[in-house]
Amino acid sequence: MWSSACKFPSHNRNRGRGSFVAVPAARLPVFLVRHSPICLALWLTVWTCRAEPYLPKDAAQPLERLRATAFDPAQHQMRDLRAQLTREPTNAVLAEKFVRCCIDKYRTEADPRYLGRAQAALAPWWNQAAPPVELLVWRATIKQSQHEFTASLADLETALRLAPRNGQAWLTRATVLTALGDYAQARRACAPLAELAPGLLAVTAAANVTCLTGGAERGCALLRRALEGNPSAGVSEKLWALTLLAETSARLGHDAEAEIYFKDALLLGQRDPYLLGAYADYLLQEGRAAEAVRLLRDEIRADGLLLRLALAESAMTPRPSTCGAHIAALQARFEAGRMRGDFVHQREEARFRLCLLHQPEEALRLAQANWRVQRELADARILIEAARADGQPEAARPALDFVKTNKIETVDLR
Amino acid sequence: MNRFLRSSLRWTLMALCLGANSLRAHTQSDAYLTLNVAGRSLTGEWHLALRDLEDAIGLDANDDGVITWGELVSRKEAVTAYALSRLRLELNGAPTALRVTDLLVDTHSDGAYAVVRFDATGDQFPSDLKITYNAFFDIDPKHRGLFRLEQPGATRLAVFSPETATQIFDLSGAAPRTSFLTFVREGIWHIWSGYDHILFLLALLLPGVLRRREGVWQPVSAVRPALVNVLKVVTAFTLAHSITLTLAATGMVHLPTRLIESAIAASVVLAAVNNITPVFTERGWMVAFGFGLLHGFGFANALADLGLRHGQLAATLFGFNLGVEIGQLAIVAVFLPVAYSLRGLLFYRRIVLQTGSVAIMAVATTWLAERVFDFKWLPF
Repeated sequence: MWSSACKFPSHNRNRGRGSFVAVPAARLPVFLVRHSPICLALWLTVWTCRAEPYLPKDAAQPLERLRATAFDPAQHQMRDLRAQLTREPTNAVLAEKFVRCCIDKYRTEADPRYLGRAQAALAPWWNQAAPPVELLVWRATIKQSQHEFTASLADLETALRLAPRNGQAWLTRATVLTALGDYAQARRACAPLAELAPGLLAVTAAANVTCLTGGAERGCALLRRALEGNPSAGVSEKLWALTLLAETSARLGHDAEAEIYFKDALLLGQRDPYLLGAYADYLLQEGRAAEAVRLLRDEIRADGLLLRLALAESAMTPRPSTCGAHIAALQARFEAGRMRGDFVHQREEARFRLCLLHQPEEALRLAQANWRVQRELADARILIEAARADGQPEAARPALDFVKTNKIETVDLR
Repeated sequence: MNRFLRSSLRWTLMALCLGANSLRAHTQSDAYLTLNVAGRSLTGEWHLALRDLEDAIGLDANDDGVITWGELVSRKEAVTAYALSRLRLELNGAPTALRVTDLLVDTHSDGAYAVVRFDATGDQFPSDLKITYNAFFDIDPKHRGLFRLEQPGATRLAVFSPETATQIFDLSGAAPRTSFLTFVREGIWHIWSGYDHILFLLALLLPGVLRRREGVWQPVSAVRPALVNVLKVVTAFTLAHSITLTLAATGMVHLPTRLIESAIAASVVLAAVNNITPVFTERGWMVAFGFGLLHGFGFANALADLGLRHGQLAATLFGFNLGVEIGQLAIVAVFLPVAYSLRGLLFYRRIVLQTGSVAIMAVATTWLAERVFDFKWLPF
């Protein structure tokens, strides 16, 4: 969806370059000129992120904002639950409550610290073969967010063997399988939902698969009907349905409709980083970078949103003064992720390398590694774009075949 | 019905959660630990995210969702106690007591960090270091300690996780050749970046291309006397500081740093004054030798900062001294041709020698005051 925002001019390609790290001294000047944007970014990284520790002068100086508002009942609840859990670390009911709070927070903040906290609370059950079903399903959720898809599916299978009518497990299974691009199995996992949780949720889950397998128009019609027929559905359910409608409409080239659905979803008033990211991608694709910047102006915490903010800023003329610092911050975060051996960010980093650092070769390597792990449409898209930018159209083949085999309808990927 | 509704909402929550994963988020919980091992001394700096400390020990005293510097300071003892209880260092197999020296703040790409600085001093040169890192793993198994071990001439990186919480590092690892070159480089760098040595040398060299005849400066007639003059000065300076550098580095003589630094500043003042109202005109090399003894102690302090490694004293001393000589000769190589070609001009004798010496004297007097009274005014 972001293809138009990161057009890659062919004269920028420089094939046969050496790796970024090892440069012979004689080639240093050439290297510096050729990679001047990266060098600038690296310099900025050093400048902004390796600043010297300092001694603040004023006791009232704020250092860190923990939450958006001074009073956040969810945070207080989490703190109380944590205190109780410290006293009773093996109390499954308490742990379940705490983990639910953490994952709810993760959903609205996209902050993986909450996943780590949730995993800590599940420590007594983390290596058990068959913990209580509810905890097992949360364990699967955490594992899939760490891209341990196989382990996550195994947990869900155990859960469904113990409790075949656990709708939550079916839904999570459907979503994991969708992320892996296994739409046939995902469709089968959605089927029990129609009986277990009839309503907007079940329709949306099924429509999600339909929209990705050649039935985009039909899926949208289903979603519209379900939204009209379920006016009292929960905000989260409506949010998911509207976001899916908006994204699919955009993919079909129905821009006016996409715009309306994105706006409707935003009007629900529930913070959702996924929606913000999807809408920003849409705005970038439409060449509306200034609006994307306005949408994401304060979203510097979540990497995915900061990435889109930097992309939007770099598409503006003149570039806002914050653009350089945002690119440097992203670079530092990907660097820290690499140091800790984290490979969850490969899709985002590939897009960062391709569109902001103009390193198609490295972007392609990351996109290929990412494609081996997960197969959402966005993963296919970055693989195709990186392959084309690097002048290796053959490398895009797996993703193009995937789009073709599943009959995914998009106006921008052919 | 109510129960059903609630659980159905929860499924939605999870479904969207998977979507949110694709734009996931800033770096997870990380901390940055740096240890600097030089000689017998060990210093460390540990950056701990305020958001992690908040969850571990609580920082937000007034519970308004914002951590201020005042709130962090008021929890200084708790922060340092937490840090010290979560990091265990063993040098040569013996547990090492850490002393917290500072609590500061730093900003990383994902938020504010408390910076805990600490040091430790052992009785012997450490050959291996065992680290047990245990911060935040109990509240977040995905926490990682990103570790950097710095030694003169070598930097190593490692990551601490719950599975790799204890790691052992060999401190005698760096190859002697590498460290020899490092010390040569440090010697050159010390001469060039230590302006007091450069100014002292310049003050001695300025009259090197002149002769004092009947109370006035006159240019030397040929290259030879100028070369001899300069050679005498440089050799005397080198001999003198080599002697004291060796004495100090081997621990045979020890003088307080501040005293030495003040005396070095005074030596620059006197060398400059000697150009304005000459006392020693023909025996510049004696001045160079006498004050060179002082500068040697200064070099020894710089060398101590770099750290001496056990069993490598000779190589280290030689390397560092060699570097100092190379740096010195480079200055002479630039200075001498210029001074020699200008020596006949009144400009050289009046402006360069006189005004230059006055300027050197002014700067050095300020250094002297700074070092004696322990304040900082000049930027260099």
